[in-house]
Amino acid sequence: MRKKRYLKGWRLYVMCLPAILYYLLFVYKPMPSIIIAFKDFSMRLGVWGSEWVGLANFQRLFQSYWFPIILKNTLTLSLLALIIGFPIPILLALLLNEVSNGRFRKIFQTVSYAPHFISVVVLCGMFTMFLSPSSGIVNILITKLGGTPVNFLQESGMFKWVYVLSGIWQGMGWSSIIYFATLSGVDKALIEAADIDGATRLQKIRYINIPVLLPTILILLILQCGNLLSVGYEKVYLLQNATNLSASEVISTYVYKTGLTQSDFSFATAVGLFNSVINTVILVCANTISKVTARTSLF
Amino acid sequence: MKKERVNSGLSDKIFMVAVYVILLLLLAIFLYPILFVISASVSDPKAVSGGQMLLFPVGFTLDGYQYLLQYKEIWIGYANTLFYTVGGTLLNLAVTLPCAYAMSRRDMRGRKGLMIFFMITMYFSGGLIPGYLNVKSFGLLDTRTIILISGLMSTYNMIVARTYFATSIPYEIQEAAVIDGCNDFQIFSRIVFPISKAITVVMLLYYGVGHWNSYCESMIYLDDRSKFPLQLFLREILTKSQFAQTAMMDGDSYSAEQMMALIRQSETANMIKYGVIVVSVIPMLVLYPFLQKYFEKGVMIGSVKG
Repeated sequence: MRKKRYLKGWRLYVMCLPAILYYLLFVYKPMPSIIIAFKDFSMRLGVWGSEWVGLANFQRLFQSYWFPIILKNTLTLSLLALIIGFPIPILLALLLNEVSNGRFRKIFQTVSYAPHFISVVVLCGMFTMFLSPSSGIVNILITKLGGTPVNFLQESGMFKWVYVLSGIWQGMGWSSIIYFATLSGVDKALIEAADIDGATRLQKIRYINIPVLLPTILILLILQCGNLLSVGYEKVYLLQNATNLSASEVISTYVYKTGLTQSDFSFATAVGLFNSVINTVILVCANTISKVTARTSLF
Repeated sequence: MKKERVNSGLSDKIFMVAVYVILLLLLAIFLYPILFVISASVSDPKAVSGGQMLLFPVGFTLDGYQYLLQYKEIWIGYANTLFYTVGGTLLNLAVTLPCAYAMSRRDMRGRKGLMIFFMITMYFSGGLIPGYLNVKSFGLLDTRTIILISGLMSTYNMIVARTYFATSIPYEIQEAAVIDGCNDFQIFSRIVFPISKAITVVMLLYYGVGHWNSYCESMIYLDDRSKFPLQLFLREILTKSQFAQTAMMDGDSYSAEQMMALIRQSETANMIKYGVIVVSVIPMLVLYPFLQKYFEKGVMIGSVKG
């Protein structure tokens, strides 16, 4: 009997095998190479043969001209995206939940998810065109209204707004799905009881809907905090140019440039490692705070 | 008492008006850029850059699309993207679905450990450079293979599929199949897979959209232009015009010929950039309305476990 069960089981492992192999070869195998952050990596000597240099790469990072800049930019972009971008999908879901016209709701959802499926390249291309100082629609409107055109992508002060607002345009509809789904699970009896007590819609939102959403909100907030220092380079890299670099160089684009375009492998790995360590620390802190104050946590 | 009711009714009405106004405004904000690009692609480029075209096409012309047809690289990119998307997605499904099914089986021993093995990768990775060196060590740099297999399985998607198999497929059916003499492969391929259309479509869409839109892996791993996906050519076209503008404004030191070449490039780019966006999103635009309900389903299944 026992043997039979074992025999029956092997096919399940075979089904997992391709995935396991992929993870071993392409995800786990590179992990130990991270030690090149503490070495002076040379292609000829390889990961294990290269010479140890201790914390020299990190020292170089902390003393470099770019370090305070990329740290500040990364934090600015992600904090701004979090502070502005996080509450908006929640508000959107709360508003949409009030709409009783099913058809309007469907149309709105269809349209609001659409930007999520536009590629980053197209998104950045579109925003670059709309914001062009000479021919962009935004500046044409500004000029028509009597203002002076703003060169959004050349002025470093504007970069963060372009980054954050384009992200909100693309993501708010999609991010609201999960809140909307949670809201559709609200106990109808609660709403009816509130109706009998003569509660206004705003009161129902305040005392029923928001408390229902709270656990979901907290979990997603913790997750986002863990990504605070990992502004992806996909979008930043596309919006970057020589003139806005002082506001747009972030840790990940810096890793890409020093590592792959300048082939400074050890240094770039050190920068990446620094980034991951800080991320983990922030994630654990956010989780602990939430555990203590709200009794909701990831782990 | 009665008066209060009336009051609350009135404030509710005002509130609902505000809700609809905000939502309609948002609807316009979502739609306008998309409609603008479509209109601009069939308008006179001068009208677009001069600001006469605000929503509807002005000076209707298909010149942009004609240029586009002659732009060979775009079609090379298109063919490559189609190949990467179809091939990559099929591989993704072939790896993810059986794995997710096996992981959904409670009688699989070592399931917890394996789950941890998969989940760790959601939080830890070697990072950009070790990943690059690893691909290099396999001799896969600048090959189509690496584009097809990078991201062969996403743990998140596997968990979504696993949740679906665990909650939506009645265990009794599988037990009956065992009594009828099916082994695990047959249970999956003959019983479970055929009745799991919903999750298959969700996975197809998630992976497919990812492949269609990705440019990072190709930018990192590919050098040979004949292997580039559409997104990389798009990036060149969409930033080229901008580059010329910047160069002209900065008054960088360019010779007159170089300057002219830049301007010509930027003019061609201006002619086709709206068209190329439309062409690149057409597959999505056409499929999107039919598939939208599945997108939502995916998020719902995913949120069950969270």
